[in-house]
Parts: sequence; structure tokens; C-alpha cells
Amino acid sequence: MAVDKNMNVLIVDDYNTMLRIIKNLLKQLGFPNVDEATDGEAALEKVKNKHYGLIISDWNMEPMTGLDLLKSIRESGESYAGVPFIMVTAESKTENVIAAKKAGVNNYIVKPFNAETLKTKMTSVIGDF
Amino acid sequence: MAHAYEKDEVLKIINSVIEKVGKDGEMSKESIYHELAELQKIIEETRQGIGSSGANDITDTHIPTATDELDAVIDATAEATGSIMDACEAIEDKAAEVGGEAGEAIANHITKIYEACSFQDITGQRISKVVGALKSIETKVGALMDVLSKKVPGALRSGDDTPEQENDGLLNGPQLPGGGVTQEDIDKLLEEF
Repeated sequence: MAVDKNMNVLIVDDYNTMLRIIKNLLKQLGFPNVDEATDGEAALEKVKNKHYGLIISDWNMEPMTGLDLLKSIRESGESYAGVPFIMVTAESKTENVIAAKKAGVNNYIVKPFNAETLKTKMTSVIGDF
Repeated sequence: MAHAYEKDEVLKIINSVIEKVGKDGEMSKESIYHELAELQKIIEETRQGIGSSGANDITDTHIPTATDELDAVIDATAEATGSIMDACEAIEDKAAEVGGEAGEAIANHITKIYEACSFQDITGQRISKVVGALKSIETKVGALMDVLSKKVPGALRSGDDTPEQENDGLLNGPQLPGGGVTQEDIDKLLEEF
């Protein structure tokens, strides 16, 4: 099944620059419907009120981290519990990757990353586009 | 500048006083007073020495200045990156108007600039780690000076208490080259999981 590029994508990062970078890269990849949040709590509110086809989130944010956001979503028991989730972070220790995987992350991108890596990981999570 | 008294020197005077007091009739009130006055002088000069060492400057000036400067670096790079991205977005719009191979080539170069702009995020996180370390030093120096000010009243003022930042054990920020795992390692790890 072809990926609907009009799906809503939520990007979460406490650095406005990163939000702009990811949003622009998604736009170049053909995904125009991108919402932004600057921490896990704000993201969770958006997830509760809108259907998203993909979440791309940073890890290191306050007050709610990306890992806590992922856990909250996966453990919610709500319809959004299974939303595809890619962690994009500078946290690059093995224990980080394992913790994210255990929490239910679909893929993991270490910063700094390029457009090709983003596309590859998105494809592995939501399918070819 | 105050003379720096060695611990042994002070102990020698104290022992001398105790020894003389212990022997009946050997020490006059005047000589005891003289010895105590010497001790008082040493304590006062030590207190002045600590005060003039500029220890307070560490928490009052040096560290706050350093953290302010680093915060300014973050702000400046964020502003510069914002300007670069403003320009990129404008060029990208024009590239769409140009279209064709030229438009595509411009868009590809813009993508490279976007990718490069992520340095600001990494730089910011690295600087934040340094600021955290400086604040931790500030807290510890402040605590040390608190102890000193109690032991040597009037020598130092109390340092400010800066609460240590509570960090999840997994929040280590960007790793130095060779310190973390690569994207390839992460991919392999996820496949094996």
C-alpha cells in the first residue's frame, strides 16, 4: 500500500532550528502536513487530539523527554498507541538505543543526520514513498 | 601580603603554650598573653589570606561570566542559523520557480545546507553540557566556602546554592568522536534486538 504523503507528521524537538530543518526536509520529501511541538508534554497533547501517521522526536527535552513521550504513547492503550515513532537524537550510546527499542521505537536516527538517512528510516517505518 | 603560616608552625606555638602552662611557675601571665596574641595574629592573617585569595570570585564572577558567554554563543549561533535558513527557504522558493535541472540542483544544494545547519543543535547541546559542569563546580566551590566561612568567621561570605540538575542517567548528550555508536552500529543493534 502506497504511503499517503498527505498524512499528518508530528515533529518534536526543543531546538527551533532542528524543527525547521526536519520540516524543510520533510517538505522536500513531499510531506507537507507537518505539526511541531517543543517537548514531550506538548506533543502528547497534540497526539491526543489529532491523528498522526508518523512521529519524529528528539530525546533530550524538558520537562518530558522523547523517551517518556514514546512510553506514554505506547502505554496509553488508546488508538494512537501504535503510531510509528522515529527517535532522532544526539544520544548515541548503546544503552540509549536499547532503552528506546524496549519502549517501542520503530527506528533511531543519530544526529547529525542527512536527508538520505531520514528518508531511509522513514521508508523502513512507514513503507516506500 | 599576609605571611602563609604552615600547620606545623601553628602547632608548635600551641604546644609551646600548653607545655609552659603545664609547668608551675614557669610562665607568667604576660608571656601567656604574648603567645595567645601570636596565635590571634596568625588566625587573623590566615583569614585575610583566604579573603584576598579571590576565592569568592570563582562563584561571584568567573563562573557566571563563563556561563553567560557560553549562553551568548548558543544565542548567536541560533540567530545566525535562523538567518541562513531564512535565506535557504527564500532560495528554495525561487528554485521551485526556476524548475528543471537547475531548480533541482539548487534544491539539492539547499538540502546540504539544511543538513549542515544541524550543527547548531549539536553545538548547543555540547555547550549546555559544559555549562552544567561549570554550575556543578560553582555549587561545590560555594559549599566549600560555606564551610570555610564557618571555620574562619568573616573571611568569606556564603556561596549561593545552585541546585544540581537532575538528569536521567541516559541523558548524556552528544558524544565526542569515538565516544558513542555510529548510525551503522545502531542499525545493526536494532536488527539484532
